[in-house]
Amino acid sequence: MSIGAFNRVDTAPGSAFFKMDKINKYYQMGEEQAHILKDIDLSLDEGEFLSVLGPSGSGKSTLMNIIGCLDVANSGRYTLRGQEIEDLTEAELARIRSREIGFIFQNSQLLPRLTAQKNVELPLIYAGVTPSERKRRAREMLERVGLSDRMGHTPNQLSGGQQQRVAIARALVGNPTLLLADEPTGALDQKTGRQVMALFKELNDEGRTIIMITHDMNIAKNARRVVHIIDGELTEGGNVNDA
Amino acid sequence: MLRSIRATFIMIGDCVRMSLANILGNRVRSFLTVLGILIGVAAVIALITTVNGFSGSLSSSFSAMGAGTLTVTVTGSDLKSGLTTQDLSELTELEAVRGVTPSVALSARISRGGSYKTNISVSGKNAFYFQENQDVVTRGRALNFTDEDNTTFVCIISPDMVEEFFYGVNPIGESLYVGGIPFTVVGLMDEDSDTSIAGLMSGSPDLLIPYTTAMKLNNANVVTSFTVYLAEGWDSDSATEALEAALDAMFSYEEDCYEIMSMSSIEDTMQSMLNMVSALLAGIASIALVVGGIGIMNMMLTTVTERTTEIGLKKALGAIPWQIQMQFLIESFLLSIIGGALGIALGLMLSLILSRVMGTGFVISTFAIALGAGFSAAVGIIFGWAPARKASRLNPIDALRSA
Repeated sequence: MSIGAFNRVDTAPGSAFFKMDKINKYYQMGEEQAHILKDIDLSLDEGEFLSVLGPSGSGKSTLMNIIGCLDVANSGRYTLRGQEIEDLTEAELARIRSREIGFIFQNSQLLPRLTAQKNVELPLIYAGVTPSERKRRAREMLERVGLSDRMGHTPNQLSGGQQQRVAIARALVGNPTLLLADEPTGALDQKTGRQVMALFKELNDEGRTIIMITHDMNIAKNARRVVHIIDGELTEGGNVNDA
Repeated sequence: MLRSIRATFIMIGDCVRMSLANILGNRVRSFLTVLGILIGVAAVIALITTVNGFSGSLSSSFSAMGAGTLTVTVTGSDLKSGLTTQDLSELTELEAVRGVTPSVALSARISRGGSYKTNISVSGKNAFYFQENQDVVTRGRALNFTDEDNTTFVCIISPDMVEEFFYGVNPIGESLYVGGIPFTVVGLMDEDSDTSIAGLMSGSPDLLIPYTTAMKLNNANVVTSFTVYLAEGWDSDSATEALEAALDAMFSYEEDCYEIMSMSSIEDTMQSMLNMVSALLAGIASIALVVGGIGIMNMMLTTVTERTTEIGLKKALGAIPWQIQMQFLIESFLLSIIGGALGIALGLMLSLILSRVMGTGFVISTFAIALGAGFSAAVGIIFGWAPARKASRLNPIDALRSA
């Protein structure tokens, strides 16, 4: 499988690839109800690279959790590749995460005891892939992110940038519909951050759909399209390349 | 369906691998955690194996001591304080009885030349006793019917006596004073030759003399303790009944004049006492297992807290709650199984040493091993359940945010 040639989208005709319709999310905080997300509308085509830009406390983490199927909205409709993400059980949400979403977190979140290769294999364990197939795909992904000589290293033997690249390989290994990155460069220095962004662009050029959540305008503008989230309200920031 | 079963097996294999890595990655802590289980299982195994070995050697020595015999102790009635020689021969006539050996015990002052010893245990036996116990006399001759009938003053002496009074002298044919009366030494006995229950209780006598002579020395005309050898084909229960009928008649049907003990009844009593003691000890030892289980639970709860991020990450990567629960359950199961295996090894080693020290048999009890393994597996699952459930219920967002 080569990433450049990938094309797994088999969305039913007429149904959206990614569509959020009037998404609302509240949290009960004691007596008060905090309205975190307010009537969020967002749709995305396959192959897009979107940045969600917002300051801390703007609701962007909550939005990311809902996009990533870690959490569900209180109201509104969310459709991912033709599937309605509503009223699903925890196990069903887990299955969607396993198939559709590749997560990249701020601190790469690698398991310290496992080698780079084993870390990359992790999502495939829960997808029920055989060990030999897992190994093959994990090595392929590590090669793809330029870490073919670091497969047997544990995270503490890797630099921050290398760790984040392992995390990217892990996000890609299940061939997800959507790469979902939360402050992917937050823990990196500028140079390494730029390298990671270059890798994101490459992946996007190959056809990957990416949603990146960040508070940093400089990072956000790496995406082709930016949306702003402030106080739970989403405003379109336009196509970066057009701007 | 088939695919999901296969995926489950793959997943469980991975859980085992990851759990082992976690357990081995934290060796000291893991060892301390399983210590409770280890000690509990070792204690249970050592107890059961040792008691088994002990009761095995007990029953074999019991059967060597007197299978096919009954021991009668007579307390007597006001009219009749014991059995006469005539009574004994009547008992011998019974169909169930092959022979009777009276045991007349006394203690006496023994002297020869200038040396003496007091409180020497002397036992009166009959000729039948020596017929039945051929290996009692190692040199010289046994006591015979002539000695019995004529109340001769002859004796068979123990190796201790030889050393005491006949150092460097062949004792056979020499004389020895028992309470001032000269006896002729006619034979030497083997050490520990008296293997009757009476002998077990009173210790081995140093001198064997004709029982009639012993009665004379005691100024008694009755016997109060004797062993009955059962005839071929009679078991102790039916023989006891026959004997009771005869004895009741002799004591004019008065109650509580005698007591009949059979080896099997004593062995049964001993065995049930041993079983009770071992059950009690095993019960106490199993408290250690519960304590060990609590230790594992504590460790697992700590582990879940420590690995919150890992749990959140795995959930984000697509692990369903059941898979998370499985992983932690497998980990606690493995921990306690490892503890159990070490405990079994330690317990067997302990009981091997104990059996060598106590001189009892060492039999590996599969029951004990199965019990130890089963117990530790159960402890792992029971005490691992709550922490694993806690882990599986963690909210992935909260879990990831705690990093």
